[in-house]
Amino acid sequence: MKISGSEIFVECLRKENVEILFGYPGGVVIPLFDKLYDAHDIHFVLTRHEQAAAHAADGYARATGKTGVCLATSGPGATNLVTGIANAYMDSIPMVAFTGQVPMSLIGTDAFQEADITGITRPITKHNFLISDTSKIASTISQAFYIASTGRPGPVVVDLPKDVSTGVIDFEWPEVPPVPKGYKIPKYADTACIGEAAEAIRVSKKPLIYAGGGIIISGAEKELLVFAERINAPVTTTLMGLGGFPASHPYWVGMPGMHGTYTANMAFTECDLVIAVGARFDDRVTGKIEGFAPNAKIIHIDMDPAAIAKNVEVDIAVVGDARAILGQLLEVVEPRGRNGWNDYIEKMKKTHQPTYDRDSGILKPQYVVEQIYEVTKGEAIITTEVGQNQMFASLYYKFDKPRRFISSGGLGTMGYGFPAAIGAQLGKPDAVVFDIAGDGSIQMNIQELATAVEQKLPVNIAILNNQYLGMVRQWQELFYNKRYSGTCIECQPDFVKLAEAYGAHGIRVDKPEDVRAAIEKAISIDGPVILDFHVDREENVWPMVAPGAPISDTMEGLLS
Amino acid sequence: MRHIISVIVENKFGVLARISGLFSSRGYNIDSLTVGESNDPSVSRMTIVTRGDDSILDQVMKQLNKLVDVIEVTDLPRENSVRRELCLIKVKCTAGTRTEILEVANVFRAKTIDVGHRSLMIQITGTEGKINAFIKLMEPFQIIEMARTGVVAMMREMNETAGQENNEQNGQ
Ligand SMILES: Cc1ncc(C[n+]2csc(CCOP(=O)(O)OP(=O)(O)O)c2C)c(N)n1
Repeated sequence: MKISGSEIFVECLRKENVEILFGYPGGVVIPLFDKLYDAHDIHFVLTRHEQAAAHAADGYARATGKTGVCLATSGPGATNLVTGIANAYMDSIPMVAFTGQVPMSLIGTDAFQEADITGITRPITKHNFLISDTSKIASTISQAFYIASTGRPGPVVVDLPKDVSTGVIDFEWPEVPPVPKGYKIPKYADTACIGEAAEAIRVSKKPLIYAGGGIIISGAEKELLVFAERINAPVTTTLMGLGGFPASHPYWVGMPGMHGTYTANMAFTECDLVIAVGARFDDRVTGKIEGFAPNAKIIHIDMDPAAIAKNVEVDIAVVGDARAILGQLLEVVEPRGRNGWNDYIEKMKKTHQPTYDRDSGILKPQYVVEQIYEVTKGEAIITTEVGQNQMFASLYYKFDKPRRFISSGGLGTMGYGFPAAIGAQLGKPDAVVFDIAGDGSIQMNIQELATAVEQKLPVNIAILNNQYLGMVRQWQELFYNKRYSGTCIECQPDFVKLAEAYGAHGIRVDKPEDVRAAIEKAISIDGPVILDFHVDREENVWPMVAPGAPISDTMEGLLS
Repeated sequence: MRHIISVIVENKFGVLARISGLFSSRGYNIDSLTVGESNDPSVSRMTIVTRGDDSILDQVMKQLNKLVDVIEVTDLPRENSVRRELCLIKVKCTAGTRTEILEVANVFRAKTIDVGHRSLMIQITGTEGKINAFIKLMEPFQIIEMARTGVVAMMREMNETAGQENNEQNGQ
């Protein structure tokens, strides 16, 4: 039976088990929306900006492990997706972004609302497609989902010209995705390099496990735990890896890098072996390369061969899926006994916890995060914006399980957290979800309050309101003589009234003693709530490594 | 170090942009890039001449390999590969210089493609070195226009016949 390209599009979403779709309509995608109108099994969520649609799809993907899907119209709709696509690309998030396109006959003519979105997104997608023929819709969509979710995941853009989506043809679904010839998915490593790695571990006196987002992507948290306990090694997890190893475990030493813990950074500096698993040695982690892990051999386990030896020199490269490789290693690696290194690290960890002035009587952002942790018993899904809020969340909320910390790591996108929280809440309806936000970042996608209200989502937004673009202000304070250029944002909406204007709830908190009750109240409210915490205006994130310094120069702050 | 990389790709629209974009967005330098269909029409072969130390080359190869449309990437070793380029040269000539130009072209086994009153068009193929040498000899006559294709290259069969066409390498 012949059906239209738009019907094929909807059928393909069904075949891919897409339950939810975030997006925004426009002229050339009306045919697609017309078919979605009757597709009651696919929940369409209208965001108020396409950027938010992409971030929501991304947050949904991170919370559930499924592929996030978004849809926008051609031209401005498509370009509004760009930040969200780049964000997903940097953090290896499986996502398929559909864009409408002007009819094939008009492509390249500067037609109304035309943008070369496959050209624009080429450097920020794992792959992209312009579908030129109705007969190719099904095979392309099936490929797009396959590519987005396998290997090192990433966003795939599918551009659908209007005449392609209105064309009619017999629908044929490829049961096996027609994978391009050159597409490679490494899984297991060859036994020789596993043996080499095992030997390096055997002779190591001071090993350190450095785990990243790859642990969460491959679902390797159990293997990692068994592995760490088998070799009795301290574990540091990157921002993307938070929750990949239990924060309550005695071996966990916190996050490394610029705002990493003293212990994690000193462990790198003093260890004789780094076992990196699904972590990419980001410059925010390594600090000045020359001072990074100066005495260590490095084993790098990664799905992406191009990630290996990109930023640091590696002694043993192991390409494959983190979970599969840890499984292989567990078969051969000998138990390693505890030694002085373990005692040394554990002692350091006890005496060098990140801390702040708890007795000032002033409302501190760190305290707010700690209270959210206490009230939610560590079980919440936490999304963050970007800035100090993100660092306070990662330092003061403890994550014992994966997919609970959702944050823009690679791109550092302000405005990410709130739409991501919407996506996460839709993917995990029973979870308590908090977006830990800055007053600057939240205003980048604040319009999504309408989406959250409309979808009846109990998302909580905890604004750590310092009336500054705090993280930039902190740099200006420390490195630019307190010349606060462009970072003071005192002119702000009344967030409580703003929430109410959208039909949400707003609670303002100025005093430490009111924090807990406000959080409890927010959780009890069945709908979106803004918690506007007026915190100490010039509080800083500690520890900190100055930009360009080696991570051995970790400053623990002025108070500790 | 200069490297010649052979890349087998799906013969699809957008692939060339993807590959050249990869080089430009990472600040890798391309000296030349040629592309054309292979014996299998669904597959094209690109020959890319690039510069960089070992770690840059390593990244270039890995990044190329990562592209979904890329089927195979090989760094062609100088000893075991054949490299050729084609060049068209339009050189000024007068009644007085014509014979001399034709003689040089003859020594290089170049072909005269077009003869005009004031110029000759010559086609030459060979290694880059041979073409460079020929261009040098033509310069005194004044080159009016020139078009080079960039290098195409393939791996040799690795057996006793290897090295057979060395005279070509020697610039004949
Ligand atoms: C889209 C975007 N623009 C600019 C930046 C640069 N930037 C990083 S942190 C920051 C300040 C964030 O301020 P706020 O959201 O108020 O959070 P705070 O640091 O005060 O917690 C800025 C401007 C960014 N990361 N993203």
